Amino acid sequence: MDWGFPENVSTFGADIDAAYGAIFYATALMFVIVQGLLVYCIIRFRRREGRKAVPIHGNTRLEILWTVVPFFGVMFIAYTSASVWLDIKSPDRMPEDAMELSVTAQQFEWSVTYPGADGQLATADDYSTRNELHIPVDRAVRLTLHAQDVIHSFYLPELRVKQDAVPGMEIPVWLQATATGEYTLGCAELCGLGHYRMRGTVNVYSQQEFDTWAAEEAAIASGAPASLPPVAAR
Amino acid sequence: MSTVALPEYVHHYHDPAHADDRSFVRKYIFSTDHKIIGIQFLFMSLTFLLIGGLLAMLIRWQLGWPGRPLPGGAVLGETRMPGGIMLPEFYNSLMTMHGTIMIFFAVMPLLVGVFANYLIPLQVGAPDMAFPRLNMASFWLAVVSGILMFAGFFVEAGHAAAGWTSYAPLSVVPEYSGVYNGQVLWTVSLIILGFSSLAGAVNYITTIINMRAPGMTLLRLPLPTWALFITSILILLAIPVLTGALILLLFDQVLGTGFFIPEMGGEPLLWQHMFWYFGHPEVYILILPSFGFVSEIIANGARKPVFGYTAMVLALAAIAFLGWIVWGHHMFQSGMNPMLGVGFMATTMVIAVPTAIKVFNWIGTLWQGNLHFHSPMLYSLAFVSMFVIGGFSGVFLASTPVDIPLHDTYFVVAHIHYVLFGGSLFGIFAALTYWFPKMFGRTMNERINKIHFALTFVFFNLTFFPMHELGVNGMLRRVYDYTQYALFQDLVDLNRFISLSAFALFASQLIYAANYIWSLGRGARASANPWRANSLEWTVPSPPPHGNFDSMPVVYRGPYEYSSPESEEDYLPQDAPPAEAPRPEPAPTFA
Amino acid sequence: MSQAAAGAITLYPRRPMPGMGVYNLKLGMWVFLLSEVMFFSSLIGAYIILRFANLDAYAQPGAVLNVPLTAFNTFVLICSSVTMVKGFAALQTGDQRGTRLWLLATVFLGAFFLSVQGIEYYQLASEGFVPSASSYEAEGAAIYGMTFYTLTGFHGAHVTIGVLALIFTSVKAFRGGYTPTKLGGVEIMGLYWHFVDLVWIILFTIVYLI
Repeated sequence: MDWGFPENVSTFGADIDAAYGAIFYATALMFVIVQGLLVYCIIRFRRREGRKAVPIHGNTRLEILWTVVPFFGVMFIAYTSASVWLDIKSPDRMPEDAMELSVTAQQFEWSVTYPGADGQLATADDYSTRNELHIPVDRAVRLTLHAQDVIHSFYLPELRVKQDAVPGMEIPVWLQATATGEYTLGCAELCGLGHYRMRGTVNVYSQQEFDTWAAEEAAIASGAPASLPPVAAR
Repeated sequence: MSTVALPEYVHHYHDPAHADDRSFVRKYIFSTDHKIIGIQFLFMSLTFLLIGGLLAMLIRWQLGWPGRPLPGGAVLGETRMPGGIMLPEFYNSLMTMHGTIMIFFAVMPLLVGVFANYLIPLQVGAPDMAFPRLNMASFWLAVVSGILMFAGFFVEAGHAAAGWTSYAPLSVVPEYSGVYNGQVLWTVSLIILGFSSLAGAVNYITTIINMRAPGMTLLRLPLPTWALFITSILILLAIPVLTGALILLLFDQVLGTGFFIPEMGGEPLLWQHMFWYFGHPEVYILILPSFGFVSEIIANGARKPVFGYTAMVLALAAIAFLGWIVWGHHMFQSGMNPMLGVGFMATTMVIAVPTAIKVFNWIGTLWQGNLHFHSPMLYSLAFVSMFVIGGFSGVFLASTPVDIPLHDTYFVVAHIHYVLFGGSLFGIFAALTYWFPKMFGRTMNERINKIHFALTFVFFNLTFFPMHELGVNGMLRRVYDYTQYALFQDLVDLNRFISLSAFALFASQLIYAANYIWSLGRGARASANPWRANSLEWTVPSPPPHGNFDSMPVVYRGPYEYSSPESEEDYLPQDAPPAEAPRPEPAPTFA
Repeated sequence: MSQAAAGAITLYPRRPMPGMGVYNLKLGMWVFLLSEVMFFSSLIGAYIILRFANLDAYAQPGAVLNVPLTAFNTFVLICSSVTMVKGFAALQTGDQRGTRLWLLATVFLGAFFLSVQGIEYYQLASEGFVPSASSYEAEGAAIYGMTFYTLTGFHGAHVTIGVLALIFTSVKAFRGGYTPTKLGGVEIMGLYWHFVDLVWIILFTIVYLI
């Protein structure tokens, strides 16, 4: 168990982790100040016989100070967070040349649809995988989330992705992996009895391995015998 | 119009010359006395607090020892824990009902049902609520609602299992959730509870505006009453939105409509918007009263005026106002337009400002005080310390990009428990202990309370602080068996530690319960003003008689004139006439 | 008041009793109506969102709904607000007979409104416009029926409660229960009735006209 987020393997994940770190240190500082003041007061002003408290009703200058400073502090956090957020979630800012995939969630499995040889989704040569997401490394991937029954949430902890899949909506997500390997795919929104086992894997391949895998899958999908050599990574 | 020159009191102040001749039923069961109704709410909600806590213990068993049979757990039945092993459907019901019961039937009635009823008339100097019979209806509606909610555990196919947020379509379609009547009972119960809350809110608001004693201007109101006033406004405006949403949900569940079913043209996100439009003000309904109690008790313990009283009131109002425009921060990952997410992030962050004002003002109240560490003061100081942590974790969740990995993980669970347990519940302990002498005319055992405080403070932190770490590691909430995920398998030890701490935390609460019950009958007799406090409830006997005051009290100053140079004592009651002014003639009763 | 007039006791040594100068019942009704505003806002908000999400499913109102009939019904409800005002005004001047008659007229108009709404529902349902899955294939989809019946139905429920309360108020008026100095019951009845009337004008506009 590490004392932090799971290992990050996505491009924008580093920005998220940095934002987390910045807020962590800012709140840690405030934590020390506030709790320190509290403990100081508790010790310093504890009851003494014969002493009378000083009946202070307030101090306008101080009160203005601790209104204005937190305001600018949190506004700064919001301002820096906004661009990171929009880079990740805004459909306008998603990479244009991304590989297009379609993800459909239903109780209790993920199915991922890949474009066939023509590179187009919703054509005859599409093929699908269950509970497995296969993507090439260092390449932007754009996924469109669908849900068939209830709300699910597409959760890739190592890739710092979380996005609900809502029935009746098509929600775009993009990601770009920075390291090959096998990672976690899960459902983060309560979706019923089997919610806890609605999980799968993300396999990040090198481009070459991915092409081999894709060709093999396409061949299986089209009914032809797989004549290609087995993929080493599997 | 001349007809309204005098306030129209439905009943009168306490008349010492006449014995109270109400029958037992009128006096203690179908009572219209705000104090009895408050105490009725007290025992109802403490029962639910215990039930909600037991549900949490079952949840912690499953998370600490996934799939291990609970010794004796088989008594819960084949459909829940066959052989003591918890089924996923029962787990989902447990976590749904833990949330629902704690929020709607324990913390909310403890804060509002108990203390708004008990304190408001006493603190404003009124003989009772504006509408005593409506007040009685409010309590009995809550009982009906509570019985329906509890009955859900015994219906076929189990209780509601879609989370306390009941996101549609899972909460609508039985084929998706596996739950039939349980989900409908959940909806109906909360609709009824809404009417109960509404009746209460109308009463509290009217009483505070209209029934204050002479001299009790708005800026002389004690802060608990201010907080409850603002809370009541939130209840008044938020609960109808929940009722509207619940009614649409109920129609979907039983009449075959599809407001939240996309195949029929409905919108699943509409439920989330309606629910959270209610739900975020609800969050402040659950914390603002504690703000008020703690402000009162810290001033009393420090023997000092509340630092920046007006700023405290304005901060309460600001939090309540901002609470209406932040609901989308529960929906950052829901598929809502990301630009809206930015707006909701900004408004959410702004809430940190009035919250910071309150925290600094509490510290300012301690500054140069003469701190008496009676047990309500200890609970209140713990409230400030724990609430600050809950506030800080809120900043992480408010930042939209940081929310991506943290949303729906144990980080959120840690955050809500720091605010609701470390915050609201410590405030409730403070208030229950502080006003115990007034309510029952007896005193709680101070030493046992301090032991309870120490144990609760330690085990609370041992239980909930590590949950931040679980959340950062990505562990999802509302998951029956997280060991299904290879990524979370090394979190078992930490979960087991949390579970053991939670069991100890629960056991510590039994100490308080025992002390409370024992003190009801055996505690030392309390004087009228054991804490040497200023507000009006301490000027009448403990417990106050029916009608509260012998005659209409007259108020001369604010409620926090502690250590004032005007007085030789370190407190100065609100109704003590100023030294230089002649004593007023005895105020008339309106009999 | 007699005590103050006698000059024996100064009622308020420092300042007058705080408060709104409005008696409890009236203030309570205003506060309650605020919550009603939120309730109808939530339903109307849901209606607007669902309608924008399903623009095709909503037929031109005139194509399905009987707008002239409902326009007449709206006029009836507005008239009932006028009779309510007349009843209260009569009470203020001590005209007991006028109070009773105007209250009865309000009961009658309210019941008339509900009857017309019942007829409208019957006609629509017999044409197949029902609030469920198989709703009105011809000119609208299920969502149209659901939202229509929910909005107008909840208003109808409020009118029904209002008519029952008006009957209660009328009976009390016939027994001489209200006087020019004791008129709270009639005044808050009026507040509720005007509110229900106002809600209808909004609902009629967005459900029937737009």
